[in-house]
Amino acid sequence: MSIDTSKVADSNTTAATAKKPNRAGAAATWADDRLGLATMMKKNLRKVFPDHWSFMLGEVALWSFVVLLLSGVFLTFWYVPSMGEVHYEGSYDPLRGVEMSEAYASSLKLSFDVRGGLLMRQMHHWAAMLFIAAMMIHLLRVFFTGAHRKPRELNWVIGCLLLLLGTLEGFTGYSLPDDLLSGTGIRAADGFLKASPVVGSYMSFFLFGGEFPGDAIIPRFYTIHVLLIPGLLLALITAHMLLLVYHKHTQWPGPGRTEHNVVGYPMLPVYAAKAGGFFFIVFGVTALMGGLLSINPVWLFGPYDPSKVTAGSQPDWYMGWPDGLLRIMPGWESHIFGHTISWNVMVPILLVPPLMLTILILLPFLESWITGDKRDHHLLQRPRNAPTRTAVMVSLMTFYGLSWAAGGNDLIAITFDLSINQITYFMRVAVFLGPALAFIITKRWCISLQRKDEEVLLHGYETGIIMRSPEGGYSERHLPISEARAFTMTARDRDPDLAELQSGEDGVDANGLEPKRSPLAGIRRRLQTTMYADNIQKPTAEELEAAHHHAEHEHELQAAMEGVSADGHQFDGHHLVEEETLRGDH
Amino acid sequence: MRHVNGWTNRWAGRLSRHRRRPIAGAVLLLLGLVLTGSMYAVFAPAQAGSTDSNEELVREGRALFLVGCSTCHGVNGEGIDTVNGNQLGPPLAGVGAAAVDFQVGTGRMPMAQPGQQNPVKPQVYDQDEIDALAAFVASLAPGPAVPDEADYSTADLSEEERVEAIARGGLIFRTNCTACHNFAGNGGAMPRGGYAPDLSQTEARYIYEAMLTGPGNMDNFSDGNLSPEEKRDVIAYLYSLREQPAYGGFTLGGLGPVSEGLFAWVVGIGAMVGFAIWIAAHTTRSTRQKDGQAA
Repeated sequence: MSIDTSKVADSNTTAATAKKPNRAGAAATWADDRLGLATMMKKNLRKVFPDHWSFMLGEVALWSFVVLLLSGVFLTFWYVPSMGEVHYEGSYDPLRGVEMSEAYASSLKLSFDVRGGLLMRQMHHWAAMLFIAAMMIHLLRVFFTGAHRKPRELNWVIGCLLLLLGTLEGFTGYSLPDDLLSGTGIRAADGFLKASPVVGSYMSFFLFGGEFPGDAIIPRFYTIHVLLIPGLLLALITAHMLLLVYHKHTQWPGPGRTEHNVVGYPMLPVYAAKAGGFFFIVFGVTALMGGLLSINPVWLFGPYDPSKVTAGSQPDWYMGWPDGLLRIMPGWESHIFGHTISWNVMVPILLVPPLMLTILILLPFLESWITGDKRDHHLLQRPRNAPTRTAVMVSLMTFYGLSWAAGGNDLIAITFDLSINQITYFMRVAVFLGPALAFIITKRWCISLQRKDEEVLLHGYETGIIMRSPEGGYSERHLPISEARAFTMTARDRDPDLAELQSGEDGVDANGLEPKRSPLAGIRRRLQTTMYADNIQKPTAEELEAAHHHAEHEHELQAAMEGVSADGHQFDGHHLVEEETLRGDH
Repeated sequence: MRHVNGWTNRWAGRLSRHRRRPIAGAVLLLLGLVLTGSMYAVFAPAQAGSTDSNEELVREGRALFLVGCSTCHGVNGEGIDTVNGNQLGPPLAGVGAAAVDFQVGTGRMPMAQPGQQNPVKPQVYDQDEIDALAAFVASLAPGPAVPDEADYSTADLSEEERVEAIARGGLIFRTNCTACHNFAGNGGAMPRGGYAPDLSQTEARYIYEAMLTGPGNMDNFSDGNLSPEEKRDVIAYLYSLREQPAYGGFTLGGLGPVSEGLFAWVVGIGAMVGFAIWIAAHTTRSTRQKDGQAA
């Protein structure tokens, strides 16, 4: 390797004098001399991020987490994590003199006696709701666009763990005020623990430091809520973002966008401003919600008392779907050797949610096992171009949504004048039937959209111009789409040929021996067929060529009209109309 | 002894001589009536108001009852059973004036149609007619009377006593009522399409009567169970909730986490996605745009 020496000074007559640096420059140099960050920064400040609104959903989660950290620190200044009994003597009259825990009393103090305390409490709670909601829509975006494929499977797993941890963090958080509603939630959690066979009561006594409620659960939840889970969340969020930087961001296909580049603005100055600005927007929206919309009015619930419960006792939304499953589960129990197995609690709480989480975590691995696709992917797919994948997620969403709705069965009943029992019967069937129907409908819908794309690619778009032939027949004129659009639509892989994909396993190998068939191979073949069989294949170059040739021929037939009378384009925006008249020279 | 016997015999003989006279029957009847009447006056429960006007009221009430209520409740309020063993209307002896005032006063009765629960409707009878109906039903058998305003008013309490009453009422409400009526009295669902109604608009008198008579699925909080003062405190708490400022902002229906979740998704996530679309709309282009076309 030769060294370019043309820029090297060949004389050394005068001493180099640096220009007088400005203050910022001086500070930067000072820092760089000691930290040596310039090289790393140089690279990362120029890092390019692609722009699409759906790429910012994860950012909503990130920024609401920051809001959670800020408002949470404020709350810890006044919150007292203790179940010690006190008589309330604060400024909220209707609870004056009532016996309650110090935790609840300090929550009331935060709400009524600390300046800005209620705002911070409400912001913290709204931000928590948004944090998990944003994680979820971010997850959906990633899956629907195929961004979970290699090399990003591990980041998918981290994301799933973040979702789980966020949920646990939320649960421990809303338990802390020790009000009647959250105490009911802890009571339910105690019941879930106790429903575990054999170890249930031991786990419950371990968690509560004795029989429920004891006086240990609030301080324990506090430590978990402000130390353990936030630490894990921070670590995992860091890992999530480091992997994001390492993998580079995915992008939508389009002219100039390939598997090997990223088209967008660099980190500095544009993206830092956009993302930083977005933080202030998230903070602002959360502050508005915290200031205007009441959330968790603990003063109305009253202090926790195991003998009480209130109508409308629901967990926060993200725990709603297991609660819904619990509500619609038939009351099945079996009795074995004097022990009760509570299927009615075990199935909806201890079996289905962990199963769903496992399915979620495994989705990218299952998909790559079925498709056999081990290549890197940095270009996103439209949901319609992976009909089976899209249908699987919609099916899971339907299950989630129905279970979730069942968690609000009592409010659905009073709002829509329905019977809570009939809702329960309906949901028992719907949670099975709904996902199956959703799968079929979504898959066919995607395939129809693919068919429409193919139509547009091969025959052009519908102009809305109706032509009458000399014979008197009517037909609509199609025109080819722009090249950029055609490129974007065709910038995807052709689906693998099923016969080819499966022939390697079917036929004899080079030595004339039957290949070993694992019992899974059959399942895999069947899943491959389900995955691809009905998809509309991307047209080949020859098919496109033939279609364009056909279109050109049509154009020749119509050429006689040009400049004679209206070609119909005056109104569809395809060319300017200033100098054209509808009837030619007339 | 002999002297006394002689006097009695003489007197009995004199009576006996007149026993077949036509007037004897009438005198005996009169005697019996006077005796019964005075016995009744001594032993019968005292009625509010003068006897004359009450009888008048009962008569009026009976007339109204025969027209509007007897189809289901029977001409004497004895209730009517169907052939299936269900009740067309329950017997009303002993439900008291309070039950009538509650059911008819809130428009629940007369029922427009059979159903899981009779809903609150505009009143069909005016207050005078309701009083008459109540008087008639109260005349069937003793039962709880319509409460006076003094029973549930906190007007005569000092400010300090009032605050204490509200705190006490809150405790009772959260113990006995929130399980069905929700923590803020906004109502909740009951099995098979029933519901515990929203209490945020209900008049104090009807809340009191409901506690006293336990309509529908509701428990009956008799005076031995919740003293009149405790009932008053519950009402005071419910009224204090109405006067309470919405400390946290819009209450979102006061229904708990379900409506909060709905707002988080619709308002919160809706706003965030809206802003994300706005921010991402100003982006790089990898294709040249035609001159003259707006960016």
